[in-house]
Amino acid sequence: MITRRDFILNTVKGVAGLALPLTAFEILSPNKLLAAKGDSSKVRWAFLVDTFKCVGCGFCVKACKLENGVPLDANVTRTWVERYVLVKDGRVFADNPKGALNGFTTSKIDLGVGNFHDIKKEDIEKAFFVPKLCNHCENPPCVQVCPVGATYQTPDGVVLVDRTWCIGCGYCIMACPYGVRFFHPVYKVADKCTFCYHRITKGLKTACVQACPFGARMIGNIRDPNDPISKIIRTERVGVLKDEYGTRPQVYYRGITREVI
Amino acid sequence: MKSHIWRPLYVVLGIVVLILVARQFLVPRSFGMHERGYMYGWYREANVEEWKKYPMSYRSEEYCKDCHNDKYTMIMQTPHAIIQCENCHGPAKEHPSDPPKLEINRTREQCLRCHFPLPYPSSGRANIRGIDPEKHNPGIECAMCHNPHKPTLEGMK
Repeated sequence: MITRRDFILNTVKGVAGLALPLTAFEILSPNKLLAAKGDSSKVRWAFLVDTFKCVGCGFCVKACKLENGVPLDANVTRTWVERYVLVKDGRVFADNPKGALNGFTTSKIDLGVGNFHDIKKEDIEKAFFVPKLCNHCENPPCVQVCPVGATYQTPDGVVLVDRTWCIGCGYCIMACPYGVRFFHPVYKVADKCTFCYHRITKGLKTACVQACPFGARMIGNIRDPNDPISKIIRTERVGVLKDEYGTRPQVYYRGITREVI
Repeated sequence: MKSHIWRPLYVVLGIVVLILVARQFLVPRSFGMHERGYMYGWYREANVEEWKKYPMSYRSEEYCKDCHNDKYTMIMQTPHAIIQCENCHGPAKEHPSDPPKLEINRTREQCLRCHFPLPYPSSGRANIRGIDPEKHNPGIECAMCHNPHKPTLEGMK
């Protein structure tokens, strides 16, 4: 037999129980969520590459190597330029001899192990250059796998390597989906693009951005609504590389196609 | 209880204490878990400052233009104005004190970086005038005839 007291009590409990999920699953707008995250950092460095403008001169690669102490003749580089040539029969050719340190001074595609393939002008459907560098991912897999805490993300979003702490195990080199990390032949530690952290924190451009004669590379603060690159990323059609990996890369590209990987 | 049971325990406790004491000295103060939590947050915070102190090599044309004003104003009138001085002259670093003289890259390959014709649609390269390096005066430096600071025809040597 149910008493009046029990009935009222159960009704109150039931209503409260039903109301709870409604408040718990309030639908938040992404903007509100972003603001609520309370990110203390006002700066988030991001990079923009315009593949329409790149001519494959390779000045960026040379400037990067000299600025950051990566040996010129060593077969490793923090940034490189890839050439894509799409032929009318559907084949895709891509090469980057020496990371394009000396640019592209031949029409022959370097197939590796001393083989070259020349493509006639009439056969080319599309052809362009794509500069590559560290994407400074929002969710960096290289940082996640480091067993000693030697690689990390700064509060302004740049992924760095602590050279005194790195043991050179190479996990991060394997983990990076973009292949931007390498073993430094001099310091014997993992090395990668730092977005020229010593320059951008002084208000300068990175060495590669400064060396590019054509404005194909830009760096800026994506959190500043008036920054030229944040304007382009917001208002134009830009893409990122390997979006499906969920790494949220912060190097944006204008004018890439699905052939670019 | 007999001591042969307790003795190994003392050894283990001794090792634990030793590790904890060594840890105090070996792990730097600024090492720890920072903003991004367990998955991304471990690092030595002092390293950020170390990277900021890394020495700079490239100084940009702003650094060159006051002393080498004649060359600077000359190149600024030409299509080569977009090229940084240091792309051919090398990084200035602390020039003129260190290095006192910069090594200039005068090779044909330097010019061919842009002026080897590659007719690639949807790339800016297709719009740059080029030469066939095997037919156009092979073997001599481009700067023998063309002035890189004034690449127009009236600048020809």
